[in-house]
Amino acid sequence: MTALRYSPGDKVQVREAYPPGHVRTPFFVRGCVGEVQEIAGVYPNPEELAYGRDGLPGVPLYRVSFKQSEVWDGYDGPITDTLVIDIYEHWLEPRT
Amino acid sequence: MSKGHSHDHADYQPDIEDFPFSERMVMTQAVAELIVEKGICTADELRQQIELMDSKEPALGARLVAKTWVDPNYKARVLDNCAKAAAEIGIDIGDIPIKAIENTADVHNIVVCTLCSCYPRLLIGLPPDWYKSRAYRSRAVKEPRKVLEEFGTHIPDNVEVRVHDSTADLRYLVLPARPDGTGDWDEQQLARLITRDSMVGVTPAKSPEDI
Repeated sequence: MTALRYSPGDKVQVREAYPPGHVRTPFFVRGCVGEVQEIAGVYPNPEELAYGRDGLPGVPLYRVSFKQSEVWDGYDGPITDTLVIDIYEHWLEPRT
Repeated sequence: MSKGHSHDHADYQPDIEDFPFSERMVMTQAVAELIVEKGICTADELRQQIELMDSKEPALGARLVAKTWVDPNYKARVLDNCAKAAAEIGIDIGDIPIKAIENTADVHNIVVCTLCSCYPRLLIGLPPDWYKSRAYRSRAVKEPRKVLEEFGTHIPDNVEVRVHDSTADLRYLVLPARPDGTGDWDEQQLARLITRDSMVGVTPAKSPEDI
């Protein structure tokens, strides 16, 4: 059983990294601070699977919620609008 | 006969082969042929899989959503585990997890895959071209209210617009809200109100007066 680093409600920051290769963390959300909404399960690492490897051990996947107004400069909508993105654990850092 | 036969034959409707093959189309064909040649699967298995995907359609998802409208316990099971709940009504959604997300009086959900075109295919069929377009993928995440307006959907400011970017292992199915004026409708009637677009979240379900 993979240990989970985060729980729902935790504040997290998406790593601001730009590695080459097959990466599932959208560019626009790197560096953004969000809140773990839910644990989506543990899945083989897609960054490994993409190159024919088995992606094991699996990595936890979190549904992370961001305020739209904090993701986009000049977001044209209410402050309550949100964006939920599925992000693998190794792309998240704790944020207090 | 030939006297009056003066239209231009160069104006025929082109066949598929008359369009240029892109590099990716050639690669797809080459990989498919290699898979068969190397015995990874047979041509018939490949064909069957394509046929299976083509047999999926929004009516499946509509049946599931309609049941959630009449049975709150079923809705709870769909929200908890969509695959299991779909199996209860004879729908096999395969191995890729689908997560159902519910529209409420306070939240309107809309789904996009900014990285590619992830879509709950086994429940609502193949995605429409607009879902795969760069315009939708880049704009739905950044200016969802504007995109929704272009689909004819106005969401008031006191309702949160929640965009789900399905970048990873999950696929998302929006459960649209049940329209007013359908109190005595049965599941079959209700299913007619549930469209593909409403399950992607770009529109609400149809109203009784729409059908």
